[in-house]
Amino acid sequence: MMPELGRYAFSVLGSWGSSIGLVLMITLISIYRAKASKAALEALEKNRKGK
Amino acid sequence: MRLSGRVLPYVSVIAVVLLAVGLIWGFFFTPDDFRQGASVKIIYVHVPLAFLAINIYFMMFVTSLIWLIRRHHVSALAAKAAAPIGAVFTLAALISGALWGSTTWGTYWQWDPTLTSFLIMFIFYIGYSALWGAVDEPDKAADLTSILCLIGSVFAVLSRYAVNFWSQGIHQGASLSLDKEENVSDVFWLPLVTVMAGVFFLFLTLLLIRTRTEIRNRRITALQAREIS
Amino acid sequence: MKALLIRELRLALRSGGGAGLGLAFFLIVVILVPFGVGPDPKILAQIAPGTLWIGALLACLLSLDRLFQTDSEDGTLDILALSPLPLEMLVAVKAFAHWLTTGLPLVIAAPVLAITLSLPTETYIWLIASLALGTPALSFIGAAGAAITVGVRRGGLLLSLLVLPLYIPTLIFGAKAAALASGGGDPMPALMLVAGLSLFTVALTPFAAAAALRSHLG
Repeated sequence: MMPELGRYAFSVLGSWGSSIGLVLMITLISIYRAKASKAALEALEKNRKGK
Repeated sequence: MRLSGRVLPYVSVIAVVLLAVGLIWGFFFTPDDFRQGASVKIIYVHVPLAFLAINIYFMMFVTSLIWLIRRHHVSALAAKAAAPIGAVFTLAALISGALWGSTTWGTYWQWDPTLTSFLIMFIFYIGYSALWGAVDEPDKAADLTSILCLIGSVFAVLSRYAVNFWSQGIHQGASLSLDKEENVSDVFWLPLVTVMAGVFFLFLTLLLIRTRTEIRNRRITALQAREIS
Repeated sequence: MKALLIRELRLALRSGGGAGLGLAFFLIVVILVPFGVGPDPKILAQIAPGTLWIGALLACLLSLDRLFQTDSEDGTLDILALSPLPLEMLVAVKAFAHWLTTGLPLVIAAPVLAITLSLPTETYIWLIASLALGTPALSFIGAAGAAITVGVRRGGLLLSLLVLPLYIPTLIFGAKAAALASGGGDPMPALMLVAGLSLFTVALTPFAAAAALRSHLG
């Protein structure tokens, strides 16, 4: 199953790994910040209604 | 906001599916190039990210213009949301490109016009985001960053020609073009296009998520301001 | 307009005005280079044009954040904005004054420093020409950057981050013109490009800078 990378293994896996890792990082950060802002906004709006 | 909320799930699913298909296809089921060997597989991450990195810049240029002309708030926030994505894509393209270069050109870095332009673009993305972070009033920040983006766009074109003048390139030309003659062959091309579409939808997903976050944050500050007064 | 120019020049030339500071900084940067790369005249001659250009770039940057900052702090900027002079013209005059007090001294000092870097004598004229034609672009691009970052937190640091990438085309053409001359090539095309770049920035950046200032004032 695993393709034969030979002497290119380091560069191929390295570039795939770093690219996917970086893209995953920004995705997770975006999702986390979206969740945080959503929670903060909901809390704030509940507060306003409560008054 | 409501429309983006409805579209978001579809866009994200399309992104995940296309990326999964394209990446697995590219990694496991494509042949090696007769000259580059297995290192040709780097094309499936490098080219789509680099392609998007440039086009995100272009998108920011357009949204900045829209903000300056029409004062459409979402437009400015979309540009703000896009910049970090652009920076990450640029960085990933640079790193994967450096690793690719290490095997095919025998060097990680060369002061080649294409590489240099990307490095400049990366610095620009960082400066642009830093400016957003440094100005407190949202409208002023949008104004200033939009102006910066327009100046930056003009100078990006200038830099491009300047760098060409300054150094001969070793980076190959576009591997994708509409006239098929120059294209890489189909076995590489089809998975590559799939990944490119996937990365595009991924960018759209991230852009929607981040812009929604920005809108929410703005609403939070507005509510808090009202609370205090 | 003339009054404004005279005011700018007087402020800059006054002690603590920053004009002399830029020149001194230029001196130091260029003098530091031989310590970094070693005293071999052949190597020094080769890197002399680039060194002088980068030194000029940094020296220019040093005095840029004062361009609008002090005027913005003491309110002069608001008064100037209300005057009949269009904001674009104000920016142009201020950038021109910046060039007269920072760029021009560098152009004059560059040949003296080129001696220490053992640059071939016959290329002096080209070095001076490239700096003379290129430094206006540095001042005018810088004015746009300074207008954007005036009154911004950590503005000075941000200014360098924003402006230095924009200096790249000018640096490339300018240093290339001087380097081509010392390498025996034809420096004319690069020199023309530097001149074109300067004209381009002189014509366009005042508008960007004025737009940024309006946003600050408005």
